[in-house]
Formats: sequence, C-alpha cells, structure tokens
Amino acid sequence: MRIVVCVKHVPNIHSDRAFADGRVVRGSADGSLNELDEHPLEEALRILEALDDDARAASEIVAVTMGPAEAVDALRRAFQLGAHTGVHVSDDALAGSDYFATARTLAAAVRRLEQDGPVDLVLAGMAALDGLGSVVPALLAAELGLPQLTNATSLTLADGAATVQREVDGVTEELRAPLPAVVSVTDHINRPRFPNIKLIMAARTKPVTTWTLADLGLEPDRVGVAAARAVVRSAEPRPEREPATVVTDDGTGDTGGRALADFIIDRGLI
Amino acid sequence: MTTTAAVLLEHTDAPLTAADLELVTIARDVGDAVVVTFTPPVAAALEQLAAHGAARVVHVSGTSTLTAVAAAAVQQAVEQAFDAAPRLLLAKATFANKEILARAAHLLGAGLVIDAARVAVEDAGVVGAKRVFAGTWDVECVVPEGTALLTVRPNAVRATPVAVPTEVEVTSLTLDAARADARGVELVSRTVHPTEGTGPALGEAAVVVAGGRGTGGDFAPVHELAEVLGGAVGSTRDCVDEGWIEHDTQVGQTGVTVTPRLYVGAGISGAPHHRGGMQASEVIVAVNADPECPLFEISDLAVVGDLALVLPRAAALLRERAGDPSVAGTAPDAS
Repeated sequence: MRIVVCVKHVPNIHSDRAFADGRVVRGSADGSLNELDEHPLEEALRILEALDDDARAASEIVAVTMGPAEAVDALRRAFQLGAHTGVHVSDDALAGSDYFATARTLAAAVRRLEQDGPVDLVLAGMAALDGLGSVVPALLAAELGLPQLTNATSLTLADGAATVQREVDGVTEELRAPLPAVVSVTDHINRPRFPNIKLIMAARTKPVTTWTLADLGLEPDRVGVAAARAVVRSAEPRPEREPATVVTDDGTGDTGGRALADFIIDRGLI
Repeated sequence: MTTTAAVLLEHTDAPLTAADLELVTIARDVGDAVVVTFTPPVAAALEQLAAHGAARVVHVSGTSTLTAVAAAAVQQAVEQAFDAAPRLLLAKATFANKEILARAAHLLGAGLVIDAARVAVEDAGVVGAKRVFAGTWDVECVVPEGTALLTVRPNAVRATPVAVPTEVEVTSLTLDAARADARGVELVSRTVHPTEGTGPALGEAAVVVAGGRGTGGDFAPVHELAEVLGGAVGSTRDCVDEGWIEHDTQVGQTGVTVTPRLYVGAGISGAPHHRGGMQASEVIVAVNADPECPLFEISDLAVVGDLALVLPRAAALLRERAGDPSVAGTAPDAS
C-alpha cells in the first residue's frame, strides 16, 4: 500500500496573519503544518496498521507539499506524525499559484511518484486553514482523472475499493470508488495521536526529496502568477472592532436580558 | 453589450430560499439573470424568479449529485445554453457547490472565487470581495477575462423583488452521457437530514443564536431566543463531540460558516476554530459567565451573566415587545 498525503504549510491561526503583494505571508516563524492535515496522516497510519506484517513492511506513506523553502517544516511535522518519506515541490515560478495551478503541481508530483511504483491512495485534509477554499482535493482528482471522495468522516478500504461516509450541507452520503482514488478527510474522522519521541528524533534527519518544475515536466507558465485566472487586487486588514459595550448581569438575568433585548431592538435587528 | 449572469440553483423543485433569491438579485442587478437548475422548476419557484427579475431558466436533466457529474452539467450549460458565454456564474457557498464550481471552472478554463461576500462587474473584470483570516482581512479577487465562477456567502445582499415581474423563459438540455464520468464513484446511499422546525437554514440565516460548552448541554434557552428572533441555532465542536446537538449545527472553520446580521454566542469561549466560522458576522453579541471570555474581544455587546437566565429574560422582553399576549406578564418586573 502506497499512500500519498498532501500537506500544506500555513501561517499559524493563532498568529497575526497577513497579506503582502496579494499573497499570504508565509514566514517560517509563525508557520506550521495545516492542522487539518494531521487527520489524513493519522488515517494513513491507521490504514497501514490494519495490514498484515508483510504488507505493512512493503508500504509507504509519502507526504507531499508545495511551497517556498519554509514549507519543508510541514514535512518535518508530517514525519513526526508518521510519514515515511517527504517530497517538497519548490520553484520560484510557483509563487502566486491559484487553486488550479496547485492541483496541477500536486498531480504532477503524484505522477512522478508513480514512476517509482503505483500509488494506491491520495489523501488530503478537508481545507487549509489559511485560504479555506476546500477545492484542491476535488481539483486534484480532476487533474489525475481519479475518483473523488471528499470530506470523508470515515474511510474503509476493501477489495480494491474505498468506501467513505460523508456529512456535508445537511446530507449524509456513502460513496464507493475503485482505488486509486483521491480522498479528503474531515477533522471528525479520527483523533491524531501525539508523536512519540522516536518519531520526533527521526523526523529531524529524514531526507526530503526536493523537486522543481523541471523535475515534474511542468512549464513555468502553467503555474504561479503567470497562469492565475483570478488575482488578488487588494488586501486590507479590517479595522479593529470597537471594544464591546460590557453589561454585567445582576444575577437574576434581568439586567443582562434587558440589555440584550434593548440592544437588539435599538439596532433594528428584530 | 448586456452582461449575462448565470446562477446555479440545483433545486428549483420547491419554493426558493432567501439565499437563492439573493443570488438572483445580484445577477439581475449586473445584467440578464439566467438560472441553471438540475430539477424541473415548479410554478412557485418560477413565480419567485419572475418577481426577482430572472430572464431565463435552463433546466439540465440527466445530472446527479456526484461532483464530477454536476460539474460537467454546469460546463455543458455554460457552453450550450448561451449565445455568448456568461460573464459570471454564481452559486451558494456550500461545500458541494465549492467543488462543483471548482471542477466546472477546471473544465471551462474559467476563473474561480470561493465564498465572495460581494460581487461586482467592473472594467477590470469580475470582482469577488471576501473576508479571510477569520474575518480580519478584506480581500478583493478579480477575474479579468472569461467567465468567472463564484460561490457567494448568504446575506451578501438582501433579496429584493423588481418593480415589474419578468417573463421567465424556460429552456432545457440533457447532459451528454459521455460527460457524466465520475471515474467509478458510486453513490451507495444518500440521506437528506430533515430540517428542524420552520427556522431558516443555519448557513443562510440572518440571525444565528449559538450555544457552547456553557450551556451544559441544555440548548432550550438558545432555541427560545432563536425562535423569537426568527433565527437559526448554532453550536460548537465541543457540543457536537459531547453529543449534545447534531453535527449540522456546528459553526466553525470545519463546520458551517455563518455571516448573519446578528450572531449571539452564548456560553461560547470563542476558540479560533469557532471564530473562523462566525467572525464576519455583522453584529456580534456574547453572553458568558466568564468576564475574561475571548469572544468578548470581538463582540459589540458583551453580557457577563448566566445564559440560562439572561437568554430567557431577553426572549420574554422581545416577545412582549412583539406584542405576544401569551407571555405578557410572565416576566418579573415587566413594567
């Protein structure tokens, strides 16, 4: 079983995030592995753990990321969480890539990995916590011409097929597709384990394969800002909200309830 | 030349929601509004579309709920149902629509903006303005040329009828079987969750009252206030994990994103994951027993108190104001 897990390096959601020149500032200091990408990594581990010893020994979890130099931090974290090998797609021409260029690049990386052996499953998180677009897994399936099974809350592999449960937009669905497939998973699918000390130590020295666009056979004008069909024209921090009007209740609900009702009426919200 | 603005409304087999009509309002304000739908439109829906100024409905038959197939249906409609390609195509910001529009844009070579809070057509192109980083930044995305596909947040505009209802023409086309290739994805089962009561859908509601851990699992006060305000009930990840309330109510970055005119958060501390799903709300009120509650930092009104007392009292006062005789006098000191 060979599983590719797509991961992203994003600004920490607890930090002051910002735009510059129409792009998300992705410095290493406040950057980390997109938290939602821990779930596909955990799922990959569980899939391998369910295999018999021989099959497990022949298995591999490959974490793939694209991004500037700092993005390698996301791979280090993925190693701590159990990924065996890591691929970093890095090229100056990738800067400013939109959803489509991102999917095209990740697809090229998967195809490149297939040169060394078949890939059975491509896993991803349901969203990156910076852009929250949630569309790259679907586009990756489209690029690769593989079945799309997104937003899974459970995943079962049997008889060369993947079956997922999903719960989106007030609908519960069960979908099945033959492998290989692209599967994105939500944060409800599992609880990622804490990395053990052995993996943390090993993560520091595990080698990372770095590929440029040329290694993937991608022309620079097919990705990055050159290929973007939507551009960020302006990005402004919003003014801080005025400090809240604070009302402390008298302990009976009356002062607080009255303040709340008056506020709603005064603002014309009813 | 007139701009053509398409609107994807997957279901027109029942009366349309306010969020559906918001999209029609945006589309007819920028040009000729053409609705693309996957079900035959019923008379009630056609009447609403006429009242809101839609010019035409294109019914695409033979599609399915599978993303790849629905995306192919959108592609075919854009390619075949228009004399000239529409300048833009709008859809509600659901998880399903994001993926459908993304794959349709991939097939069409079109530009994509996810979750716009405002849409405009300018000389520079189609502009989609959005709130990012948990509502702390405003970003404008421009699709300079070709067709722009945009998912649009609810409450981006108010749905408003036109002065004179339009004559809505209905045309239809059938999805080419060759395009409907989901690469072997098979729908094993599909259950649409029953909508609770008569309230608006959470993601589309103009008022959201959400409860968190501070409810201790008792959502009755939250429901009561939501009902008075005609709003929807929301919750947090914690509450869903505790099994206190259904997953559909979870507001946050991985649940439902809400952008109501009024958000009331009761017993919610305001973890980043929750804030990411509600911070772009117009007016934010927090009720919490803890004066240090982080949600107060982004609130317009902060009520320090017990939600189990404050919410029912506010609901009673609001009902009284609305003139409901069944509750007048039940509140203490109602004078």
